[in-house]
Amino acid sequence: MSIELVGLAVLMAAVTYPSRAIPLLLPGFERLSPRVLEYLRLVGPAVLAALAASAVLVVRDAAGRPTLAVGIELLAVAAAVAVVRWRRNLLLALLVAVVIVAAARAIGAG
Amino acid sequence: MTDGPPAAGPAADDGSTVRLARRRLAVDGLGIAAIGIGFGLVFGLAAREAGYSLVEAVAMSTIVFAGAAQLAAAGLVAAGAGWPLIVLLTAFLNARHLLYAAALAPWLREQSRPRRAAMAHVLTDEAFALTLVHFRRLGRADPGGYAIAAVAVMFIPWNAATIAGFLAGEAVPDPRVIALDIIFPAAMAGLAVGLVSGRRELVAAVTGALVAVVVGLAIDPSVGIIAGGLAGPFAGLAVPRRDPAVPEPDELPADPATFAAVPGRSDDGMAP
Repeated sequence: MSIELVGLAVLMAAVTYPSRAIPLLLPGFERLSPRVLEYLRLVGPAVLAALAASAVLVVRDAAGRPTLAVGIELLAVAAAVAVVRWRRNLLLALLVAVVIVAAARAIGAG
Repeated sequence: MTDGPPAAGPAADDGSTVRLARRRLAVDGLGIAAIGIGFGLVFGLAAREAGYSLVEAVAMSTIVFAGAAQLAAAGLVAAGAGWPLIVLLTAFLNARHLLYAAALAPWLREQSRPRRAAMAHVLTDEAFALTLVHFRRLGRADPGGYAIAAVAVMFIPWNAATIAGFLAGEAVPDPRVIALDIIFPAAMAGLAVGLVSGRRELVAAVTGALVAVVVGLAIDPSVGIIAGGLAGPFAGLAVPRRDPAVPEPDELPADPATFAAVPGRSDDGMAP
């Protein structure tokens, strides 16, 4: 059984771990100014919204170029957001999103 | 990872509050675990088709533990790309974790350095999202909750699914067919809503989304996510307080340790 690619995994981890660890382990992060802490507090909503919007609205075309896509996925995410606001239940929101997309694709609309 | 001593704040001694918050975290995590299972299966299959051995596929999922980078690497290995290109792409794809770690750092400053080092290895998009909402519900850090979000919800399902996908081969269904691909964006959007408790968070979220799409279309989606994560908070900071002398009632103080003492704070992390 080959183990050659374990070396590649180690190299990939070597460039991934610092981005995950440096802010957590850097001593200076224990004495940040309130302004910086306020900025970091806003990173959460900003980056999660960025992840969601990018995943739904930006797809790659056949040539690999980023392309705007507005489809049933946008409606499903909007429905999930509405369910979270209404019921405060993420699991229910995800189920609603999956049902919408699965149903749309089943009838050829997604 | 086990529970450490409470950081501070009146909520810290309330065991039932922690149990309730963890139960909520576990329920939220059920849906998100489907992401790990669905795409872990796909990675296992992709790794097999790219010529990985089972040991190599498992090494990727345990040592790297970064889905997008792993899937991209499998495609590049299959295409015969060189390791330097794959490592460079991995660094680029995973740079967004800097933002996650920076946002969690103020919450985790009371944790020991070895514990923070271990926590860093399992920090993913999903772990970050679940953990931040959980910490805000509690008003303090909770290493046990972090273990649920990062290990129980993502690390274990991702690794188990990698093995299953590798062994199952062509029997693995396409996630698009059963609409599993919608869970990730829906979960991120839903958890973002849980973090919006004032005008600043709302502006940060909307700006982050817009910048991510515009930059993603112009350059690359990975660059867009980082740009959105960086620009959104600046836009949020530009929103003036209603009265600069009085903090907004639903606003988290700059110091997370004092969060639990804020009057009017929603106790479940969701916007009132």
